[in-house]
Amino acid sequence: MIELDTLDRLILREMVRDATQSASAIGRALGLSQPATWRRLQRLRDMGVIKGQRLELDHEKLGFGVSVFLGVKLATKGRVSLEDFERAVSAIPEVQTVEHILGLYDYRLRVVARDISDFERVLRRRIMTLPGVGDVEANVLLSEERRPGPIG
Amino acid sequence: MLDDTDRRILRHYQHAPTLGASDLAERAGVTSATCARRLERMQQEGVIRANRAVIDWRALGYEVEVSLRITLDKTQPRAFDEFIDAARDVPEVIEIQTFLGRVDLRLSVIARDMAHYQQLYRSAILTLPHIADIEALMHVARIKSDEVLPL
Repeated sequence: MIELDTLDRLILREMVRDATQSASAIGRALGLSQPATWRRLQRLRDMGVIKGQRLELDHEKLGFGVSVFLGVKLATKGRVSLEDFERAVSAIPEVQTVEHILGLYDYRLRVVARDISDFERVLRRRIMTLPGVGDVEANVLLSEERRPGPIG
Repeated sequence: MLDDTDRRILRHYQHAPTLGASDLAERAGVTSATCARRLERMQQEGVIRANRAVIDWRALGYEVEVSLRITLDKTQPRAFDEFIDAARDVPEVIEIQTFLGRVDLRLSVIARDMAHYQQLYRSAILTLPHIADIEALMHVARIKSDEVLPL
């Protein structure tokens, strides 16, 4: 585990806001030299604290008006291999995320679609036909907010 | 509006968000100038909202992630606003989503270990306003998390 000091936290927050910034731009904003900022950034990457970048797109402007979270329970546990289900579900382009969870459901999927009838098509043709699928619960996403987390 | 070239650039950019403009241009088969101009336009139009670093909370010692599915007491007219405002003040809450469906809200909560989670749950979560019902789901693994749109 890696301990962060205040400057590391501030650099992380800047990178979460905009990861395309250069070390010198972040350094300028924080009153830190370019080499010092670069060294800290490099350390955060090397230690795996920054594990990658994500492009955030406006779904609606790109024609994807609906995001739905599906809770999926496998019907025949033990008879269907989890690997087979995971491989098949991950291959569906409209499925953005697949999480294995413990509790009411076995998997949580995030599905994007153009509209509700497009979502129905994905659900019927792609999701309900997956190997081992049992109960499915759908919740339509209305709003979403990602928080900075405990680095403030 | 977006044309095929824009979509091609976005497709490549989504899969490799760390690419610089010239590498991205090469992959998308356009000149660097075209690529830079179109990226800038898509940013101005708000199609590209941000390119964010993704934090690995485990690397920072947060081993536990729990999804809390919450139903609110809807007889309270300001239940959603007051709940969300209060949830924003809990640093370990990393995601707040609202839904149309069986549950009203979902919070993603991270904790260092189960003891820390228990403590958070009692002192910061159960004290949030207007909760009618709460259900916890424990994350085991992320199988797919790229959040790429099928453009």
